[in-house]
Amino acid sequence: MAVAKVCGIETEYGINHVGGDGNPVASSSLLVNAYVMDLARAGWDFEDETPGNDARGFAREGAMPPEVETHLVNAVLTNGARYYVDHAHPEFSTPECIDPLEAVLYDKAGEEVLRRSMQAVGRSLPPGQSIVVYKNNSDSKGNSYGTHENYLMDRAVPFARIAHLITPHFVSRQIFTGAGKVGSETPGASGRDVSFQIAQRSEFFEEEIGLETTLKRPIVNTRDEPHADPQRYRRLHVIVGDANMSEVATFLKMGTTAIVLALIEDDGFDGVDLALANPVQAIRHVALDPTLAAVVDMADGRTVTALALQWELYGLARKYAEDRGLDCLGDDAVGQMVLQRWEDVLQGLETDPSQVSGQVDWAAKLQLLEAYRDRHGLDWDDSRLAAVDLQYHDLRPERSLYARLDMEHLVKTADVLSAVSEPPRRTRAYFRGQCLKRWASAVASANWDSLVFDLGTDPLRRVPMMDPLRGTAEHVEELLRECATPAELLARLSG
Amino acid sequence: MPERELKRKPAAAPREEQVIEEAPATAPQGEKLKAELDDLLDEIDEVLEENAEEFVRNYVQKGGE
Repeated sequence: MAVAKVCGIETEYGINHVGGDGNPVASSSLLVNAYVMDLARAGWDFEDETPGNDARGFAREGAMPPEVETHLVNAVLTNGARYYVDHAHPEFSTPECIDPLEAVLYDKAGEEVLRRSMQAVGRSLPPGQSIVVYKNNSDSKGNSYGTHENYLMDRAVPFARIAHLITPHFVSRQIFTGAGKVGSETPGASGRDVSFQIAQRSEFFEEEIGLETTLKRPIVNTRDEPHADPQRYRRLHVIVGDANMSEVATFLKMGTTAIVLALIEDDGFDGVDLALANPVQAIRHVALDPTLAAVVDMADGRTVTALALQWELYGLARKYAEDRGLDCLGDDAVGQMVLQRWEDVLQGLETDPSQVSGQVDWAAKLQLLEAYRDRHGLDWDDSRLAAVDLQYHDLRPERSLYARLDMEHLVKTADVLSAVSEPPRRTRAYFRGQCLKRWASAVASANWDSLVFDLGTDPLRRVPMMDPLRGTAEHVEELLRECATPAELLARLSG
Repeated sequence: MPERELKRKPAAAPREEQVIEEAPATAPQGEKLKAELDDLLDEIDEVLEENAEEFVRNYVQKGGE
């Protein structure tokens, strides 16, 4: 039986320090610091960080495991999220969410955290300076930064099987998860004459599978860092997606991927093999065609469109849902909502992508670009179109073009505001967030799978949280209510 | 090489009594949409960064992840 698809999203935001000295690490630190300065927070505990471990059990010669930067700002928030500076970007990692709808909620809460950060840093910067944040994945000059998804999986499933079966989904899902962009950043002839692509990141992928995230990016990332009991669990770290402004797109990205992963765990493919002849070529090829007519070669010699691959995966998912239900998506109702939305978006895309411009980022952006282009008679290489592209992702309400479009919402603003400080109730993020809310000064450090308490008298006390499904409100809400001090909590936990 | 297209669209899931109110594509409706789009484009002209070329050129990020 598929394990609960606990999931989360890590977003590296683009920043522009207006009037700054061009040091993005310093600017990112200023931004994150401004937010966390006044908040209850704990430092991050790096003891269990092993981003260089490879799920295939080895590291390819010359592979470069990512470095963990311990000297930069790093905070854990009371909603269970991690907010920090990664390389040269502010990064927000949502807490562990029980279903794709909750992932949407915390992804939007992340945007709100970044907005508040912009306001906070604006109050402390010299006159004429500001730091502006963009939720996108490329600067249109060949530099990409990531939006990574994480899904809890059963360790018993061989990694090679996961990689083989998930790849066709990663290649084809961009028809509804792509955020769209003007032009191409691929050097050479292949980049010429490209007016618009449906995804921001697809052209940055060079390998089918691998450990790297910053160069020679692989469609399937093999980072084996479960942040949970490694005997039971795997965390599939997905680097192939775009950051979405659209709530429906984020919901579909997380939901469809979670279902396909459940299918892989439970053998729901039933012998169907959608393997592609050349996934790297295919993912780039699909991105280049907003008409969605592009066909790619399958390993068995057939040719197929991304849309047809998605219909095939949707059909398998429907059958799986009928046979087994979708409780692994938090609850069956959310799973059914994913299926319904999945069908709707494929229908819309098949009819005319403009039909889903209220749900799909690239379709919304393309419609806007074409209208703007018509009005002013612009060529595709006009800077104003590049500016429209960039400003679609601007998080400032007064500048955001996304906010001006009539895009469909799935979560309520009040719930998003509450999720800025409240943790999810149905994962271990609840325990982490509640402990920080109550006893921030006693929490010496935190990681996804542990909390370390400093009670001032004893040695530091580490509370392991190796199961993402324990430490939920159901497990610990009453316990926490009954404990007046962290010392009492630790006594009860060890008693 | 023969090209066979892979396509097997599953039947739509049964939905509960869904009433689809299709708006007739009347002229007033089309004009309303066009007016809305015009308003939107006006607004974009207002909020778009003033010097687009400089704005786009100055947006340079270090690769991340």
